[in-house]
Order: sequence, then C-alpha cells, then structure tokens
Amino acid sequence: MATDHNHTVNHDEHELPQILVLEAPPIMRYYGDHFLKNFRLLKAWESPLPLDQFLTIHAHSVQALLSPGRYPLTGNILRLLPSLQLVVTTSAGLNHIDLPECRRLGIAVANAGDVYSEDVADLAVGLMIDVLRKVSAADRYVRKGLWPSEGDFPLGSKLGSKRVGIVGFGSIGQEVAKRVEAFGCRISYSSRNKKSLVSYPYYSNVSQLAADSDVLIVCCGLTDQTRHMINKDVMLALGKEGVIINIGRGPIINEKELVHCLLQQELGGAGLDVFENEPNIPTELLTLDNVVLSPHRAVHTPETLAAMCDHVKANFEAFFSNKPLLSLITND
Amino acid sequence: MDSSIGVLMTYPMSDYLEQQLQKRFNLFKLWTHSSHSDFLKNNSNSIQALVGNTKIGADAELIDSLPKLEIVSSYSVGLDKIDLSKCQEKGIRVTNTPDVLTDDVADAAIGLVLAVTRRVCECDRFVRSGLWKKRDFGLGTKFSGKSVGIVGLGRIGSAIAKRAQAFDCLISYHSRSERPETNYKYYSSIIDLAANCHILIIACALTEKTHHIVNREVIDALGPKGILINIGRGPHIDEPELVSALLEGRLGGAGLDVFENEPEVPEHLLALENVVLLPHVGSDTVETSESMADLVINNLEAHFLKKPLLTPVI
Repeated sequence: MATDHNHTVNHDEHELPQILVLEAPPIMRYYGDHFLKNFRLLKAWESPLPLDQFLTIHAHSVQALLSPGRYPLTGNILRLLPSLQLVVTTSAGLNHIDLPECRRLGIAVANAGDVYSEDVADLAVGLMIDVLRKVSAADRYVRKGLWPSEGDFPLGSKLGSKRVGIVGFGSIGQEVAKRVEAFGCRISYSSRNKKSLVSYPYYSNVSQLAADSDVLIVCCGLTDQTRHMINKDVMLALGKEGVIINIGRGPIINEKELVHCLLQQELGGAGLDVFENEPNIPTELLTLDNVVLSPHRAVHTPETLAAMCDHVKANFEAFFSNKPLLSLITND
Repeated sequence: MDSSIGVLMTYPMSDYLEQQLQKRFNLFKLWTHSSHSDFLKNNSNSIQALVGNTKIGADAELIDSLPKLEIVSSYSVGLDKIDLSKCQEKGIRVTNTPDVLTDDVADAAIGLVLAVTRRVCECDRFVRSGLWKKRDFGLGTKFSGKSVGIVGLGRIGSAIAKRAQAFDCLISYHSRSERPETNYKYYSSIIDLAANCHILIIACALTEKTHHIVNREVIDALGPKGILINIGRGPHIDEPELVSALLEGRLGGAGLDVFENEPEVPEHLLALENVVLLPHVGSDTVETSESMADLVINNLEAHFLKKPLLTPVI
C-alpha cells in the first residue's frame, strides 16, 4: 500500500467529516458510537436498501471507511466508492480485505496495530497452560463431584523446558515469546523473514519448527501462503505429545486433519480460539478432554476494546487533519 | 540399601515412588490395612521411616505409635501435616521437597489467574454447550498490566512474581519480613496489600499465624472487582467467608487449587461461573512427581547411609 499520508482531504469545514460503516464492529456493539461523535457516520446496515444501491446513492463522496474484522471488504464494494482513500479496520488481521484492490485504487489501510497484542498473547498463554496442566478438564472434574469419588486427577505436563515454536513473529508473536520465556520454555520461531534483532532460533520451514518443538503457537496472519499451512505433516512432526495453540485464524490450520490427528492420538492436545467456520466447530472436538475451546474472544476485554475505540478515533482524526496514520499497513 | 529397613507410606501418592521404595526397603502401605491401629500394633517396631504427603502426614499420634521412627520424608514442600515440635523433641529428622515443584506451582497460579480473568474455562463450557451459535460470549478482564499482590515471597511467591512481570504486572507483596533486594512494593499489613492490588495470590506456608489469614476483612479490601488465587493451603482462607463474598458479589472471582476440607468443595462454589476449581494439582505433572519422588528416596538413602540429608527441615 504505497499510498502515504500526503492525501488531500476535502470536506466542507462546517460539516463533520464522513465515515462509512458497513456493519457495526464489536466496539460499537459494546460501547455505542459516541467515541466517533466528531464524525458523521454513514451506517449502511441501517438502510433497507441493498448495499450496492445504498453505496451508489449515498457514498459517492465518502473518503473514509470503518471496517469490522469479519465483514468481507471485497473489490466489488471498493469499486462503488470512488472517493475512498482510507480503510480503518478494527482487527489486526487483514484477510477480510481485498488488499491488492486497495493498492490498485490507492486506498490506504490502517489496522489495529499493537492494541490487541497483549490480550491476544495473554490468551495464548492461558490456553497453553490450560492444555498442558488440564485446567478446564480438572475444573470439570471438580464440578461434576468426581474428586471425592474418583480420587486424584491425572497428571499434567510441566511447562518448564518445553520447546515452544511460535509461528509468525510480529507484534503478537513477540508478546507471546516474552511471556512464555518467563515459564522456562525454550523459544524458536518461524516467520516470512528472519528477524535480525531476535536471538531465538529461526526456522524458515514450519514443519522443521514443529519437529523441534513440543508446543506450536500460531500467531501469524491468514494469507494465501498460510492457509492450511498447519497440516497433517506439521502435526505429525510435532508428535504425539505435541500441543497446538491457535489465536490467529481458523483456516491457518487444516481443521479436518487436526480433528483426525487428535482422534487418532497423533497429537497431544490443542487450545483453539479460532475455527474454520465460526461459530461452528467440529463436533468431534466436543468428545475430547485434551482440547480447550474459546469463541474467538482473544481481544474481548473492556480495557482493550476501549483502547481500540481510541485507536480508531485517532486514525480517523489523523487522516482528516492530514497527519500520519497510527497503524498504516505497508508492503513488507 | 538394607531392605530390612521398614518404611511406612501413608497414602498412594505416586506409583513410581511406591515402586522405588519397594525396591530398596521393606515397604508398608498404610492405606491397604483396614484397621490402622491393628496394623501399627503388629508392625510398629519394624518401621524406621515414614513417607507422608499433604493428605496424611505425621501427626503426634502416628509419631508416638512408631517407637523406632528415625525420619519423616514428606512428599510435599508444605509441612503443615507434620508435627514438627514432636519430631524435634524426639530427634526425628524431617525432609520435604522444595525447589523441584516451585515452577509447577507458580505455573498453576498464573494458569488460574488467566483462567479467571479471561474466563477460559467458562468459554470452553460455552462453546461445548453449543451456545456460541446462538450468541456472543461477552467480555473478560485484561490481565497484562494489572497489579498483583503476593502473600508470601518465598520460592513459590518469587517464581509467581517473575512470571507476572512478563505480563507487565505491578508486583507487591506481604511477607513475614521485607525483602529489600527485590523491587517489589512491600506491605506489612495484608489488608493494605489486598486494598492495593487487583489480583491477590496466596503463596505462603500454612502455620498457626497464617491460618485464615484471608478473612472477611481482607476479602472486602480486595473488593468486588478483585480476584483471589489460592495455591497455598485451604485453611489460609476462611472458606465460608469466601463463599458468601462470592455469592454476594463482594469479590470478583477466585481461582482455587486448595480447600479447607479436601476433597470436599463447598457446594455453592460448584454453581458459580466466576470461579475456577482445581483438585489440588499444583505440582501434579509427570515430570515433577518423579522429581519429588526421587528427592524423597535420595533423602531416605542419605539418612540410612549416614550421609548428609539433601533437603532437611529438622
């Protein structure tokens, strides 16, 4: 996205700048739209018109768009917005946006930046501890009244000295590494490119990372290259005691093969916040005690959502006052 | 090792430990005898060593019934189930299992914090019940950057602090004495500690002084948004007060690995969404169980070979 911040913003000085919103993002559902009170919101979902008609009639001069993380921002939609210069998405992930088309049309894209990274990393660690130490399974055991009758609960697995392979070493991957190191784990990572300032061992190949790891934590974005990147070969390389944690996107893992490996006990366990077809999850996973399931909640804390409101507002304010965006996506 | 040395194991705490003891000593298993008093009457003179744990240790009665007892080697770091003054009086050595379980217990503490703040177990229940197809789950609470108060800054408390720091938490503590070599903020009063932190973690030893150290006052100081984590001993907390605080919303949530009367857990807790309940598994990993067992064995061998004990308490 080569578009830099030297855009020209034209708006009537007596009118608030306009932002198109196709569907209410989670921050709006929880907190309303007060945080964007200095803007005029064009709310597409409130209109009875089909989207393409609505945009053609009302969005001709719209320069900025607020995109929720799940709503596909397709080329077809983008081409109906001739004045569009900026997309601000509330997600860290960009897989829902037609990025090549944005590039072609000179539309800048700004995402969640680092706002989510701590919360997501916290959940990754929470899921990892849960799977290795069987926290949810043990809680179920107690709640069912099995402690007095069945006696001692099965042993878990120690975190210390476990080899943790982090897939994707951006902001989230780095926050995960910082936390996991404090538990005495040994860290390696894979990424599109080796990071020169990072001292952990680098693997260009995820299967090789898996072969040298006990736990794999998926922290990368979903792209054509990463779709189904975690497949049966990677899982077999990780091994029978291996654990996979996914806080990236469901389709990074071949879900069918994951279920198969878990059922065949080719894999030790999994902690999953994301799935290929949310909110549907493979029913076989419900029969397993060694998986921990989370309904795509990695950023859903009031602290982080409030921070996201501020972040979104700041990006729009920067744009409309011709200042640099906080979290502009560039080709890297 | 002289296999005529009699070792009494109080509880089936570890198959591996049992096997190792069987190989080296004349092993007696207390739990396999329906009448403890008959068993002791017939065998007490043959027993020189006792291996106890957090469930059955070595109380005054048991110690008095073993006239040839030389050493108590506990499969635990906690000593609350051992009558230490009686052992001291009779010249009986006592060992425990420090250090080898420190990491596991600290990991469990942080696991409980994350499970409660981020509602991990609740989320898992929510997905498993099919509710995700009907509605969104709701919000948790961010852990990173929160203030964490630790009661007891020994090995385990320090290990918990180290982990919490990786989450950018602010660490404060209450302890018998101040530890100026740490950068953490010290509170001489546990109530002040509770009033000034978001998450309170109990990591001290259970003694007469720390019995019910977390009472109604402390819980109220922690408050309706506060989270209480216990990986120490059940009796650290006044359990009925904890239950009523949770039911009345005076406490935000709790993560508990220990209870006053294990394996009994107060029925009210079983119905609450804002608690996470573990069956005393703080050090229960395959790796650590083996390390603990090895330490028990090595201490016993050292004693009977008249070598220095590895981890003596007395």
